[in-house]
Amino acid sequence: MSAALSGGFAQAPVQSAQAFRAALMVMSQPGTIHLLEGALPPAPLSVAAGVLVLTLCDGTTPLHLAGAYDCAALRDWITFHCGAPLVAAQDAMFALGDWATLQPLGRFAIGVPDYPDRSATMIVEMANLSAKGALLRGPGIEDQAQLSLPELAAFQANRALFPLGFDCFFTHGNRAAALPRSTRVEAV
Amino acid sequence: MTLHADPVAAESYNFAYLDEQTKRMIRRAILKAVAVPGYQVPFASREMPMPYGWGTGGVQVTAACLTPDDRLKVIDQGADDTTNAVSIRKFFQRTAGVAVTEATAEATVIQTRHRIPETPLTSGQILVYQVPIPEPLRFLEPRETETRKMHELEEYGLIHVKLYEDIARHGTIATSYAYPVKVEGRYVMDPSPIPKFDNPKLSGSPALQLFGAGREQRIYALPPFSHVVSLDFDDHPFEATKAPHDCDLCGADDSYLDEVITDDQGSRMFVCSDTDFCRTRQAEGQLGVLGAPVLKGGV
Repeated sequence: MSAALSGGFAQAPVQSAQAFRAALMVMSQPGTIHLLEGALPPAPLSVAAGVLVLTLCDGTTPLHLAGAYDCAALRDWITFHCGAPLVAAQDAMFALGDWATLQPLGRFAIGVPDYPDRSATMIVEMANLSAKGALLRGPGIEDQAQLSLPELAAFQANRALFPLGFDCFFTHGNRAAALPRSTRVEAV
Repeated sequence: MTLHADPVAAESYNFAYLDEQTKRMIRRAILKAVAVPGYQVPFASREMPMPYGWGTGGVQVTAACLTPDDRLKVIDQGADDTTNAVSIRKFFQRTAGVAVTEATAEATVIQTRHRIPETPLTSGQILVYQVPIPEPLRFLEPRETETRKMHELEEYGLIHVKLYEDIARHGTIATSYAYPVKVEGRYVMDPSPIPKFDNPKLSGSPALQLFGAGREQRIYALPPFSHVVSLDFDDHPFEATKAPHDCDLCGADDSYLDEVITDDQGSRMFVCSDTDFCRTRQAEGQLGVLGAPVLKGGV
């Protein structure tokens, strides 16, 4: 249990401000990769995903833990540091897991036509993260960008729902990238 | 100019004034605003230690974005030295301890009231707009339930009727500020009351543009390089207009001008509304017809 009490931000106001700025940069410029550091969450959570949870989640944001991420160590850590209610996929504002265990994606909120902001934000843990792979075009990208997405079809289907849809952060170690619903994705 | 906050004063506030829970709420709204460009995300706007209309929305967005490493610039109608700009700049010096500047190129975060700086913005910069009425359809349809439905259905005929009535009455589109735009082919957005001279700078900007409306409790955004089109008609295309003069101080013929009445005999002068742009040009030795004498006079 004591492991759950450590690993949070040492200086929450400043560290969460720096973490949010990095999160804002990756979300507003899809394909770019930024460092997210400052927290030491328990395994299997990566540093970047842990920082995102600390920066964005609190008692008002229901969080879904998928697959191996729904473990006692992580539940305790998140409960102590954020107090986010841990819920089923369909009730979640945030979802945390690897791509395989987040399936099927149809369970997550995509917003409603008059409030498209009421949609889930995924934090997807990746085995690797690099600026190579699928071609990205859209807002935030001057011409085109590349990102190692876990697949294409799901993001193409998500883009087709615009302005509805979910938004994704991708994390690996202390690095993060993002893909908002507005990005058009195609194979190279 | 770089000033650092009094560390004692800074310690009496949480970093950037707002509490952490509030900043998380605003940050989540900003991320959704970025994901759906042009859509107004509702947020739980807080009371700030300044009146509504003084930029409480912009201040909250700036507070949620600032880091201690930032260099902040605040402008009011292009000017760094007006009451609104000075008080907001001092507010963040005191509560966030950030460095400040008046130079557009040196700033990492720029909070603005009703202007986009003349100096082109660069990648990594954030431009935060203070927005009084975020809803472009509000003066055409007062009911929030209806305007929300109109955005949902992409039913923007009414705003074209408004522009058409301009043409029918005045022979031209008379809307000169807060000129409505369409973002990424989907949402019609109020760019805040910037002069329509600034509208072309909204599109394709390398900087991230965030809009905060405090009293109306809305945040919206334009990610870098967003495609933004000012609404118009084929036979009455959009025109970015300005006073047909050169700046009397720096001689610029391509900047937005303020008209200044100089006496009660009807004398007037035109000066750049962007004070940093104008001062930089004068420092480079480019002077308008009134440039040198006015400088000696101590303005």
